[in-house]
Amino acid sequence: MLNYQLDQTFAALADPTRRAMVERLVTGPATVSELAAPLPMSLPAVMLHLKVLEKSGLVQSEKAGRVRTCRIEPRMLSQAENWVADRRAMWERSLDRLGAFLDSPENET
Amino acid sequence: MTRSVTHASFTITRHWKASPARVFAAFADQQKKDLWFGGGAEWTPVSRSFDFREGGKEHAAGRWKSGVVSKFDCIYLDIVPNERIIYSYVMHLDDRKISVSQQAIELHADGEGTKFVLTEYGDYLDGYDDAGSREHGTNFLMDALEKSLGN
Repeated sequence: MLNYQLDQTFAALADPTRRAMVERLVTGPATVSELAAPLPMSLPAVMLHLKVLEKSGLVQSEKAGRVRTCRIEPRMLSQAENWVADRRAMWERSLDRLGAFLDSPENET
Repeated sequence: MTRSVTHASFTITRHWKASPARVFAAFADQQKKDLWFGGGAEWTPVSRSFDFREGGKEHAAGRWKSGVVSKFDCIYLDIVPNERIIYSYVMHLDDRKISVSQQAIELHADGEGTKFVLTEYGDYLDGYDDAGSREHGTNFLMDALEKSLGN
């Protein structure tokens, strides 16, 4: 359960469009059209990305009349999930540095 | 203090162009490991020891910009050159023991490169009220974002 949720969260953030959407929502709620405006894609494509973000628990949206408003879901991770996510993030960062080292000229020999 | 244990596991998979032998060396050779292990630029090493063999121990402590000292103590339990490393480790933040974990590193040849799989089984200790780590935890999303945006 824990792993499943975290995998979805990291997968959701693995896409630049979705990261751009999350970055926008961190500054405050936005309608779907506001979210879509700076993105070089159709509204249906944006809706698909929004679905992934909602499924991951990062974002919530609700419809009022014809307007759907999206907001970041700050309590998306339980404390236990936070605990593990933090540890995982620590290793992800170390492995980023390891990957950079493996690609570097000093690792040629 | 409320005593509690959260049991959890996670897996991280990476694909690298470097051969399994090179990836293994990045764990087995302290000089190489020091180039990537620890906390990067925001982390200043405080104490270090390294004895990479079955039954051998490794220690790495360092101070974060916040002043918190994190400490990693591990014992190597299984080493198969270029293929597998399994160790148990304990993490401290200042004097507080925050986790006891076992980690398996598996290296699989993947063309000329390596498929790398890290699996951690952890016991995360005594709740989440430690101000430093809790704040860090809730910020993980922002860290991931920052990283993705190239800082």
